[in-house]
This record gives sequence, C-alpha cells and structure tokens, in this order.
Amino acid sequence: MAKKMLEGSRAVAEAVALCRPQVVSAYPITPQTHIVQELAQMVADGEVEAEFVNVESEHSAASVLLGASATGVRVYSSTTSQGLLLMNEVLYNISGLRFPVVLTCTNRAVSAPLNIWNDQQDSYSVRDSGWIQFYAENNQEAVDFLFMAYRVAEDHRVMLPAMVCMDGYILSHAYEAVDLPTPEEVDAFLPPYKPLYTLDPERPLTFGTYAEPDKYMETRYMLHRAMEKALAVIEEVAQAFQEAFGRPSGGLLEEYRTQDATTLIVGMGSMMATVKATVDLLREEGQRVGALKVITHRPFPAQALYRALRRAERVLVIEKAISLGSGGPLATEIRALFQGRPQSPQISGAIAGLGGRDITVETVRGAVEEAQRRVLEAEFLDLRPDLELEGVD
Amino acid sequence: MKMTLGAVAQAGTSRHYKTGSWRVDKRPHFLHIKCNADDLCALSCPEGCIYGQGKNTYFSDYDYCKGCGICAQVCPTKDIEMVPEVK
Repeated sequence: MAKKMLEGSRAVAEAVALCRPQVVSAYPITPQTHIVQELAQMVADGEVEAEFVNVESEHSAASVLLGASATGVRVYSSTTSQGLLLMNEVLYNISGLRFPVVLTCTNRAVSAPLNIWNDQQDSYSVRDSGWIQFYAENNQEAVDFLFMAYRVAEDHRVMLPAMVCMDGYILSHAYEAVDLPTPEEVDAFLPPYKPLYTLDPERPLTFGTYAEPDKYMETRYMLHRAMEKALAVIEEVAQAFQEAFGRPSGGLLEEYRTQDATTLIVGMGSMMATVKATVDLLREEGQRVGALKVITHRPFPAQALYRALRRAERVLVIEKAISLGSGGPLATEIRALFQGRPQSPQISGAIAGLGGRDITVETVRGAVEEAQRRVLEAEFLDLRPDLELEGVD
Repeated sequence: MKMTLGAVAQAGTSRHYKTGSWRVDKRPHFLHIKCNADDLCALSCPEGCIYGQGKNTYFSDYDYCKGCGICAQVCPTKDIEMVPEVK
C-alpha cells in the first residue's frame, strides 16, 4: 500500500481502475463528474482496459450497465441526486435481475429548489430498490468500500447490486491522504467476476422475463432473503479485508467510545467525523456519550443495531434526509427495533445538513443537549430564525 | 420447478404460449394469387409466425397468430385478406 494525497473523486477513480471493470457508463452530474472524467481519461490513455460508453442520460447509463452485466462482465458507474432519481426505474430492474452492478453515489440534495450541495436524500430515496448501500465517512472508506462492494455483490450467496455513498463535495472534492493498495493486492482480494447466467448466443437464455402473480412474489422473497444473507457476507468480507490489507474497514456498524455510554449519537457518512469530535469534547466534560456509525444501510443491520443500542438511556439519530410527512427514515427504523422489547432507550430523531448546510460540533452538541431535555420527533436542526417562512405558523 | 436468480429462463419459451386464442373475429387468409415473395408479411408479423419461401407459399401459423392484421395491411399486392374467424 502507498499513501497518496488525492482528491476524493480521483481516489475513487483509481480504486475503480484497480477493480478492473470491463464496462463503465455514466452521465456527468455535479458533484460526481470528476470520478468518471478521471476514468474516461484512464480508458483513453489505455491505463484501464474498459469500454467507456458515453450516453445521453443516467437512465441510459444504468441501462448500459444492466445489459453489460448480463453478458457477465464487471461494470461501474457513478451518479448523484437527479441522476440517481432518473436511474430509479433501472435500479429496480438491475436488482430484480440480480446483476452485481456497483456504483458510487456522491450524495447531493434533490430539486426543487435546485441545490447542488450535499445531503443524503438521493440515496435514501432508492433505499428500497434492492441495492446494498454503504455510507463512507471519509475518502479512505469510499475507496475501501468499493473493493468490498464488488466482493459482496458478486458473492453467489448474494448477487445483488451495491451502492457506495460518499457525501458530495465534503468528500468528493476534498483532498485527503488515501491508502491505495497495489493491483496485485486488489487482484488477490477481488478475483474476477464469475456470473451464474450470461447472455451468450451459443447458449441462449431469456433475461428480463415476465412473471405473473403465480411467480412474481417468489422473486421478491428471494431478493429479500439474499439481502438478509448479505448481512453475514458483509461482515465476512470486512474480516477478509482486514486480513488482506492489515487495517479494519467496512462491516455493518462502527462503534466509537460506546463503552459505558448513556447517550449514543447515530448517523451515517461524513458527519460522523464531526459527531466523533463532539463525543470527544463531551467526554472531556465528563459526559458518557458515544457514537454509532451506520455503514451498511441496506440490508438494515437490525440485530447489530439493537445490540449496540439497547444499553443506552438515550439515542439521538441525526440524518441528512427526511421522509416528508413522516420524519427521519433511519430514526423511524431504529424506533421500530425496540417495539415489543422489554426496555427501550429514549429515541430522538433530528434532521440536519440538508442542501449543504454545515453540521458543526455546535449543531451536534446542541442536539444532544436538547435530546437530554425532551424526546425529539423530527427536529430540524439549525433552522434560520431570521427567515419568515410563508405558510408555517 | 426451479426459480432461478433474476428469473432467468431457458430461451424460446414463447413457443409454449399459443397466442392464437387471442384472435377475436378475424384472421389472415393468404390468397396465393399475386404474391411477389417480398417477405413483408413475415418481417412485419409481431409474433414471427408467418412462414414462406417463394411466391404463393406464405402462411400464418394460427396457433400463434393474434389476428392483428398487419400482414394484410402491409402487403403491396393485397394478396392477404382478413376473413371472419370460423368456428
């Protein structure tokens, strides 16, 4: 391994190259463009032996990956925001067809109003599409999770697509030192993709079949079971990663100073670095606070989360997305974990950092203090008091 | 019966679906008078169930023909007629 100072997008592009994809297809969209721009350059320079397919939309990019994956090759794309939403129909087809496509989502807010900055509403919106979702805290994870994503997705016990989510700008445009493994190391960790079924004129098969009510439901059940199985495979692959590269990364969750903690702050992605800094600060003041990072959002690591949270008195879930008319989706799912259990922590949910609003140590600290006073339902943090909001009483 | 991942199936399964029962009231009748063997009827058939080699040899496989009438529509010599379905 060699540490390099790289822009997040460049680091991801180099990691993708190490995964040896045979087909890459993408449509430019901020803040994802740098990734595929770098990849296109690598392909043009002959550094990556892949077919780079230029398309007219993200819907087409995803469709190209679907078709290419059907021929049994490893494929890659990256997108964000409106681009991911435009892919949505194809995302369901890719998972339904059980193609282990991997894409990076550089998380960005969705329109309207137009906003190119970071939150996680885009990938949350495709949460139920049958894609595995990993959320990276930093660029090292955005790189590591790619190697693991392919290995999990292509595992014959799983055969599901996977999405590596990294916060737009905060990670994609930030320069960080990243450990990039050698091609030999990656080849040893990630063997070539062995498909179960492929499009081949010599041995014709029908892909994209029609399933009537007598069979459709079984296909969804099979998808759900594969998702459940992926939980163990993800842990197994994280273990294999540590053995191969000599440092921990990935898995379902990451605990930070949770020992003896009475208050746990839960979240995903880059904000967890700020949350950890806040935990350090509060610990110095003698507060028993810890952080729990959700790495794997789908499949939902229910058991691991329950075990990690059950001893806390208070849980505060901070998230960069909202199910409008309901609340924080992750907070809702975590509350459901404790339904029917003998005891439950007080679970607060907060929405923060939408459309690129900074989540600072003060944001997190203020939310912890508020959650110690009362249970927060779906509290919007750091709303501007100086704006008069029409229609809001 | 085995359900494969992604519901991948053997090729050519549409042979098992005899869509001829979809016909409602008409079916193509090949007159075999002015056929010029341009193959347009076979090429245009959405079901791919029109066969023929040479003039006045074309026929539709009624096991699959849905009676859409495209063949009769495209035939430049009007050598195909849609006729009432007979019981």
